[in-house]
Amino acid sequence: MSTDRIEKRIDLKAPVPRVWRALTDHREFGAWFGVNLEGPFVPGKVARGRVTHPGYEHITWEAVIQRMEPERLFSFTWHPFAVDTKADYTKEAPTLIEFRLESIGGGTRLTLTESGFDGIPSGRRPEAFRMNEQGWTQQMKNIESHVAAAKRRP
Amino acid sequence: MSPRRRGDLEPARRTSAPVFAALGDDTRLSLVAKLSDGQRHSITRLCLGSALTRQAITKHLRVLEGARIVRSVRSGRESLFELDPAPIRQVRTYIDSVSEQWDRALSRLKSFVEDGAPGQG
Repeated sequence: MSTDRIEKRIDLKAPVPRVWRALTDHREFGAWFGVNLEGPFVPGKVARGRVTHPGYEHITWEAVIQRMEPERLFSFTWHPFAVDTKADYTKEAPTLIEFRLESIGGGTRLTLTESGFDGIPSGRRPEAFRMNEQGWTQQMKNIESHVAAAKRRP
Repeated sequence: MSPRRRGDLEPARRTSAPVFAALGDDTRLSLVAKLSDGQRHSITRLCLGSALTRQAITKHLRVLEGARIVRSVRSGRESLFELDPAPIRQVRTYIDSVSEQWDRALSRLKSFVEDGAPGQG
């Protein structure tokens, strides 16, 4: 387990090529994610489109496509759920989203990670930080329960 | 990307990066763990059981102070340090909200690929 990241694993009853298409075809991605994308995903290029959720159509969704390794890995960077039209997100370090696909008995195991919440690109991260086995969220939960327990003490 | 509650993420988003960066160190995490008893501690007490020098510990405490995770209060000639749990709670809330957005997005993806929801081309 790693550090300051969100990790999700979901098993889908659909073959890997189907899931790959749902993730990387911009129209299909837009359909389930809720964004009307202007054009296909191209590594190194910005993907942009209007959010389609009712009441949020004024918001432009933006990401930079990173890697597209067919039926294996799709990744992009973005500012997580950036919705404040007045905020300037360009000054903030983006987080990295990675979708990894694995075939499991006719279906697909999809692993999603989002990392980089500390604003430090993972390559420049101190070793101690990477070695922190318990992971961020767990550490923070521990600290929080410590604090809560201290408050309960008479 | 469910629109609900997204606006609530904004204040947390702004403060989370420095808090994460400050906590991204084992020494500082252990200092936070010591301070999480809710008590005020002197540097001397915080140095107990650590192989690091007093100067090194002080430097780490200043980083935590800069991220507002820790406050120092003067007591006579020495500084006492105490934890402010609010920033840590705030980044937890932020990560939890982003995490929930992904749960919802992935469940939409699941219906999309399994049931052929509208929009499939």
